Amino acid sequence: MALDKPYSDIPGTVIFDADQARKGYHLNQFCMSLMKAENRARFKRGERAYVDEWPMSEEQKRAVLARDFNRMIELGGNIYFLSKLFSTNGKSFQHTAATMTGMTQEAYATMMLNGGRSPEGNRRVGESPAPECSGKERK
Amino acid sequence: MARITAGVATSHVPAIGAALDTGRSAEAYWKPLFAGYEFSKQWVAKQKPDVIVLVYNDHASAFSLDIVPTFAIGCAASFQPADEGWGPRAVPVVEGHPELASHIAQSVIQQDFDLTIINRMDVDHGLTVPLSLMFGQPERWPVCVIPLAVNVVLYPPPSGRRCFELGRAIRRAVEACDEDLNVQVWGTGGMSHQLQGPRAGLINREWDNRWLDQLIADPAALAQMPHIEYLREAGSEGVELVMWLIMRGALDSKVRTVHRFYHVPASNTAVGHVILENET
Repeated sequence: MALDKPYSDIPGTVIFDADQARKGYHLNQFCMSLMKAENRARFKRGERAYVDEWPMSEEQKRAVLARDFNRMIELGGNIYFLSKLFSTNGKSFQHTAATMTGMTQEAYATMMLNGGRSPEGNRRVGESPAPECSGKERK
Repeated sequence: MARITAGVATSHVPAIGAALDTGRSAEAYWKPLFAGYEFSKQWVAKQKPDVIVLVYNDHASAFSLDIVPTFAIGCAASFQPADEGWGPRAVPVVEGHPELASHIAQSVIQQDFDLTIINRMDVDHGLTVPLSLMFGQPERWPVCVIPLAVNVVLYPPPSGRRCFELGRAIRRAVEACDEDLNVQVWGTGGMSHQLQGPRAGLINREWDNRWLDQLIADPAALAQMPHIEYLREAGSEGVELVMWLIMRGALDSKVRTVHRFYHVPASNTAVGHVILENET
């Protein structure tokens, strides 16, 4: 029987479940290796050579080299593992989150200061947005 | 006899630790956040807990994908701050309480909770940021800490109901310990936030505050909330909130709310914080 995935209709969201974890095992373990200073230094000296030490798919390696975090997540990455990668480059969670939304850093930071992204229109794929509604009136 | 006197819940955003560690806590961005913990620092200094059972989640620091325990209890004498990719936080080593930790482990396993026992583990921002928020920047932490790590990273986390029941089992375990100890249980993580994908930045202030109301007033009903509601309403990482139910389960059904604070944003996250005391 297939796993029950009631979360598959949440827009712009990949839930890191057993299937994703299986796909992303080596990608995530590669990220973990960057918790050691000597590995970070070696990775920075030659990224391609370093990722080639890991049995990741070519797609995963390309996403790593391009720092395409949405693609890494699609391919089984999880944000807490990926955080070792962006931390290696001195980037924050907020910086990385902004790159995944397609917004500029500035626009994203302003959105957060203004209370964040509204859940209205963001609960289900195809849900019609209700910009007037403050979130008080849930279904 | 050991007793649980109070519970604390707080978010554990890594940027909060970074702001403190780099001396930016007085900046306009961070000031309102740290102001929300001023009362808490005074309160905890007066309470003088001997031990904190600190419920948190590891963020791929101590546990890689090789081993993912659903509930793990730290029984070591001490725990080093983890290197999460930018070097370990410059905070004191966390002293454990191996005797009480082992006692709790044995007792709750006998109550049908299959805890994983950890004798060596580094602790990441999930555990050290709450300590910093409550104790500031001391030379050493003025308390022993028993880390209780809950998997909320690899879906599915344990259910809210299971977390709430684990809290109750921990309480029974603590109360069966003969040593005279003032124990607090802290629940950390949350509140609404999503760190990934095009929906990143989701915050749901109304939902968070209703959730807090119910955490205080009717936690047994709140514990029935399914994961999907957390994911939809509070973001993919908002599901961390189930950990607060362990804290709540360890307290009386009626509690005194001595402090409540809510602030948006800390980086990507809505910060919630409550202090609850048992009335008895």
